[in-house]
Amino acid sequence: MKALCWRGKKDVGVERVPDPKIINPRDAIIKITTTAICGSDLHLYDGYIPTMQAGDILGHEFMGEVVETGSAVTNLKKGDRVVVPFTMACGGCFFCKKQFYSLCDNSNPKAELAEAVYGYSGSGLFGYSHMLGGFAGGQAEFVRVPFADVGPIKVPAHLSDEQVLFLSDIFPTGYMAAENCAIEPGDTVAVWGCGPVGLFAIKSAFLLGAARVIGIDSVEGRLKKAREVCGAETVNFENVDLLRWLDDRTAGRGPDACIDAVGLEAHGNGIAGFYDRMKTATYMATDRPTALRMAIMACRKGGTVSIPGVYGGLLDKLPMGAAFAKGLTFKMGQTHVHKYLKPLMGRIERGEIDPSFVITHRYNLQDAAKAYKEFSDQKDECVKIVLKP
Amino acid sequence: MASTLLATTVKSAVGTDSSIARAVNWLPQALTNVSSNERWLSLAAGGAIAGLCLTGHAPRLLSTILGTGLIYRGLTGNCPCYQALGVSTSDSTNPQTAITAGHGTRIEHAITVNKPAAEVYKFWRDFENLPRFMTHLIDVETTTDGKSHWVAKGPLGIKVEWDAQIVTDKPNKMIGWKSLDGADVDTAGSVRFNELPDGRGTEVRVELKYDPPAGKLGTAVAKLVGQSPEAQIKADMRRFKQIMEAGEIPSTNGQPHGQR
Repeated sequence: MKALCWRGKKDVGVERVPDPKIINPRDAIIKITTTAICGSDLHLYDGYIPTMQAGDILGHEFMGEVVETGSAVTNLKKGDRVVVPFTMACGGCFFCKKQFYSLCDNSNPKAELAEAVYGYSGSGLFGYSHMLGGFAGGQAEFVRVPFADVGPIKVPAHLSDEQVLFLSDIFPTGYMAAENCAIEPGDTVAVWGCGPVGLFAIKSAFLLGAARVIGIDSVEGRLKKAREVCGAETVNFENVDLLRWLDDRTAGRGPDACIDAVGLEAHGNGIAGFYDRMKTATYMATDRPTALRMAIMACRKGGTVSIPGVYGGLLDKLPMGAAFAKGLTFKMGQTHVHKYLKPLMGRIERGEIDPSFVITHRYNLQDAAKAYKEFSDQKDECVKIVLKP
Repeated sequence: MASTLLATTVKSAVGTDSSIARAVNWLPQALTNVSSNERWLSLAAGGAIAGLCLTGHAPRLLSTILGTGLIYRGLTGNCPCYQALGVSTSDSTNPQTAITAGHGTRIEHAITVNKPAAEVYKFWRDFENLPRFMTHLIDVETTTDGKSHWVAKGPLGIKVEWDAQIVTDKPNKMIGWKSLDGADVDTAGSVRFNELPDGRGTEVRVELKYDPPAGKLGTAVAKLVGQSPEAQIKADMRRFKQIMEAGEIPSTNGQPHGQR
């Protein structure tokens, strides 16, 4: 089959590789019908995530048709149309039973690598480094899905691929980020990053009862989507003193909750942004937490900082004093996708949201390398790219 | 009492069913009457003399006999001179326990399995399940009288076998076992099950003791070839938990990838 393989920093390409096979009884093989490039794939592309190997197949947002099932998979049959969560969950461990699916104890075959860095390992992920399992991803024609009796959700025939594909990651991720804000009526939520996750966080914050949502970015095309499609007030952080602007717009109280939908590669400006780029370039820090610093500083007393953006290592100059002084609550982590599949599929079916609004570009899988470059260079107001095998 | 490294190696090389292996098994066991420290010293001294012989720095015949004798003494723990004099400095086992306290290698590891103690105990109690998660075990056969026959991969691919017997069996609480006389590896183990309140699963604490062929030398060799007992038991127990909770061991073996 054809599959997009990681070769090194800023180097990916479509190669011919063997078709995947059933390895364990709870596996299924899915023929991909639509897949996408995630913002977090750019962290791999840019070489920020350790334990990648040349030849690794990328992609963790995908859906398709079941072509084969292992002996223990009884809920799926050949021909079923399914969306697959990007996190793998066994369904039986302490964490799965608590619905902390992305913290599954049993789905990472290389858990000892993650334990060496983080103390304990989260779940295995598709196409996201060997530390997180080394599983082949879904930017390919076929993919092997472990624990297929727990993860994949069947899609009603009347919904299109593009309407449901983002249940695999970014819609639940944005939704969980908003849910983590424990929104109360009248709340104002500020969202750093108006990429796909940020846009879904904005939409979800409104779905969960926020009165106002403020979208923050520097890319005009993204701010436009946040404003026109999602109904947010927007601000380009390059044009204002952001903290003063937010303080003024909330009349001295600050946003009730702040969402960092940017993560470790924030494009900071000014002296702090330059400082972070120098530190990471010289390996004195691993992540650039510009957005997170701002979110902590801006948040109102007793508020919540919710972090769907990915962080990988050590952060420098994080204002912990401000977080403590203001009694902030931090919520973060990989999305417990399994928990959100049914309720969010319900919202799509009822027409409360059509997730396909984020798509700006469509490519053939064959041209995936070009798509990565375009997404990374951020030309042509690229928000979300879907790939067709 | 453990048979010697020599016997184990011979049996591994020729196959356990061959006539040579049967002959080795038939031979009376060499009496261990040398302490492990002395065995180490004998090995080192024997090795040094052998080295001198090979490089022509010592008279051949006498040194060869002395060197070979010391190496034999180190490997087997048997000293014919001590035997003749009725002396023993051995810290080795007595017939009641497989391994004397303070002897051999002891490892312990604990994990929490999200299942009731009864279920976890039941799986472990059938020793024939053990090779599913203890990857150094090739096979375990059980008989109804609490006895079992174990076949394992030793360091450097040496195959080792022993018979074991259950010595403690408290349903849903604890299982203890030890190897019987004539084992290639003296070994003993116990596993305790402690069910946590409020449906929080069962703590499983396993303790293994074993006295590999050539004592501490065997352990050192095992570590050199990348099989630290601690890492091994940790990985084994993780697989045990995966089988209990997920019904399978997650794997990427055999999945496709591009050019490496």
